[in-house]
Amino acid sequence: MPIENKDVTWVEEPIIGFWEATFLPAIIEGLKTTVKHVTNYQPTTEFFPEEKPTLPLHYRGVHRLNRDDQGRVKCVACMMCATACPANCITIQGAQAPWEDRDKYPSSFEIDELRCIFCGMCEEACPVDAIELTHLYDLTGFTRNEMLFDKEKLLGVFDQTKDTGYDPVRTHRGRLGPASDFEQLPSLSPATSVQSDDRSARSSSSGVIQGRAVMPSSWESVNDKIEKGK
Amino acid sequence: MATVLVNNKPVEIGSDRLNCIQAADRAGVEIPHYCWHPDLSVVASCRMCLVEVGDKKPDGTVAMQPKLVPGCQTPVKDGTVIISDSPKVKAAQQATLEYLLLNHPLDCPVCDQAGECGLQDYSFEYGRGYSRLQEPKNIKPDKDYIGDQITLFTDRCIMCTRCVRFTREVSGTAELQVSSRGSHEEIDIFPGEPCNNKLAGNVVDLCPVGALCSKDFLYEQRVWWLKSKKSVCPDCSTGCSINVDQNNDTVYRLKPRYNPLAQGSFMCDDGRFGWKYIHAENRLSLPAQKDGDKVVTSDWDQVLNATRTAFQSAGKSSSKKVAAIFSPWMTVEEAYILASWLKSVSPEITLSMTPARVVGEDDTFPKDVHGKSVQPAKFTIRAEKAPNRAGVEAILKHFQGSVIPSGQVLSSSPEALFVVGGDPNPEVNAATASKLGSVKTLAVLDLLDSPLTKKATFVLAGGSFAERDGSFVNHSGLVQAISRSLQGPHEARPDGRILSELAGRGAMFNAAKVRAEIAKAIPDAFGSLGDGKLGEYGIKMGPAVAQPEPTAAAT
Repeated sequence: MPIENKDVTWVEEPIIGFWEATFLPAIIEGLKTTVKHVTNYQPTTEFFPEEKPTLPLHYRGVHRLNRDDQGRVKCVACMMCATACPANCITIQGAQAPWEDRDKYPSSFEIDELRCIFCGMCEEACPVDAIELTHLYDLTGFTRNEMLFDKEKLLGVFDQTKDTGYDPVRTHRGRLGPASDFEQLPSLSPATSVQSDDRSARSSSSGVIQGRAVMPSSWESVNDKIEKGK
Repeated sequence: MATVLVNNKPVEIGSDRLNCIQAADRAGVEIPHYCWHPDLSVVASCRMCLVEVGDKKPDGTVAMQPKLVPGCQTPVKDGTVIISDSPKVKAAQQATLEYLLLNHPLDCPVCDQAGECGLQDYSFEYGRGYSRLQEPKNIKPDKDYIGDQITLFTDRCIMCTRCVRFTREVSGTAELQVSSRGSHEEIDIFPGEPCNNKLAGNVVDLCPVGALCSKDFLYEQRVWWLKSKKSVCPDCSTGCSINVDQNNDTVYRLKPRYNPLAQGSFMCDDGRFGWKYIHAENRLSLPAQKDGDKVVTSDWDQVLNATRTAFQSAGKSSSKKVAAIFSPWMTVEEAYILASWLKSVSPEITLSMTPARVVGEDDTFPKDVHGKSVQPAKFTIRAEKAPNRAGVEAILKHFQGSVIPSGQVLSSSPEALFVVGGDPNPEVNAATASKLGSVKTLAVLDLLDSPLTKKATFVLAGGSFAERDGSFVNHSGLVQAISRSLQGPHEARPDGRILSELAGRGAMFNAAKVRAEIAKAIPDAFGSLGDGKLGEYGIKMGPAVAQPEPTAAAT
């Protein structure tokens, strides 16, 4: 599509004066910046790893799998995290839990930390607050296999981080999380209530409703009949 | 014509005997229901389908019944008015759901049904969204052993009693029952009488919540990851319509698909759990051209070219000594392609068929307390354990006039033989294989390793029913489509593609196109297939006739 004339703005090239043509003002302006850096030295470089940085609270690092109050893996293998994961880096195998009070648990839980994009969706999706991202950021390994974190390793991250102060255990809620627990009950009308606009409540004689039903053309108009009856 | 008014929308029901749920379904309106199922008796116990029902009087006024009535129990007639979206109905639905959910544990994350759960769907659509119960929930202990294949999470049950009615009315075995009353009600078995009948798996499908679960599928996959393809169960000649549910090329379960022309709503456990061979260790995963025991090549192009050349030269030099053994596990299309190719090589090539495996006698349900079948039968597991005897026979009759049993070919000492397998439990044993002494060129198209493939010169690694496109003809002549839902192991290819390439028709095997071709070529038997589109329910085999539209019933 050609550009319409009304959309075109013509710009004139600015005329260069004498001093500008010598480039001297620009050179002096540049040298000022250089001299400022020499006389007023303010480095922003961090001396990692000698000095560790302070990370913001919402930093998303290596995952951990939380333990419940009995030290068992808290995860119930619902696979919400694997479903939410945009990088497809979580692989879970569900199985019958070996404990009396639980139905399902992950027999294997693997996160490919190389594939992970640390978006935190898994943490958000988890209904039992079992998976969390920690402040651990220096994630290294010699082989790809080393970066496949299995259940034991992820539980190990929990043991390592829970007392550091940065990654406290954020919830001690019941085993099925927000869905099953209400802190405040919503106030409501009784379960069965007659609505004020209920047709049978409004009807003039019992069993006969007025209006609303629209009849097909082959049927006669109900409204007319009701009016005539009156 | 009888006209019913559903939410102000007129719908013609003709002379069908319907209840409110079915009539509303025809009008495209969903009336939520748990306990009602089209194939079971009506108990109207869940109260989920409560609707306002009224009548159009001859003078044109509409008289509504003052009370809400269960839609499943209320038949409709000309002039019935159903209202399912009024505030009164919505309030009743919310209240019913709240009561159903009173003791229902919120363990959706660990529940296998999550994603296809009636409670989830209806709570989302019609529910209140939260519970006001302040007391602890009434939790009943799980029953791990309801049957060999079934486990019961008692606390999730909403007492719709679909499973109980199924075992009483369809399987007739009546293992399940309701024990106790009120909020102590539980589904249970009689002591020492587990639910192990051949239709037991259906109670898992019938359960609208996650109470009855299949042990085979338990915790294997989340259902929203499964991809479903419509197919047909190959394990007997009833040809139950099924859905194949797979993820990442692994089958996880088969579920029956409603088909009034084939089997109804159910399927038997033999078929439901009979697919394990698809992922068996001894699946053929590579083609092979062999010289004695030595594999010359495993490259598809070379093996197919060599096979084609071998049969073409054998067909020229000694065509009477060339034969093929078809299998009742082939699809109609595969049989047609192979038969037409061999007959074009030489009309004298003998085409024969392995007789369909017959195990015992037809098993009909319901049964009485002594295990004897009761008439009328509601479900039949047929003795003929092959999906497509009728279809392959019709193809062979067209090309050869009669169906020759494979035994006759084996005893006639052929020199070149093309054997098609496909049966996961073949009756080919070492003795049969040793009868093939005279065969110089043996090509075997099969999916499992067998004595026959060990002897074969050309091994063609084929596909199971879940990996192939095509159609099966069931015992009553119903042609139903099967579809490719997953890839075979490694280099295994679907039979249709192998045969199509072998016959020089190219690797693009399109089952519907081949069906259209068959309909033209064999109008007497397959004329009704027309343009090859079989639809959801399939088409009866026969000459071309205008097919009446099958009526869709609500499930």
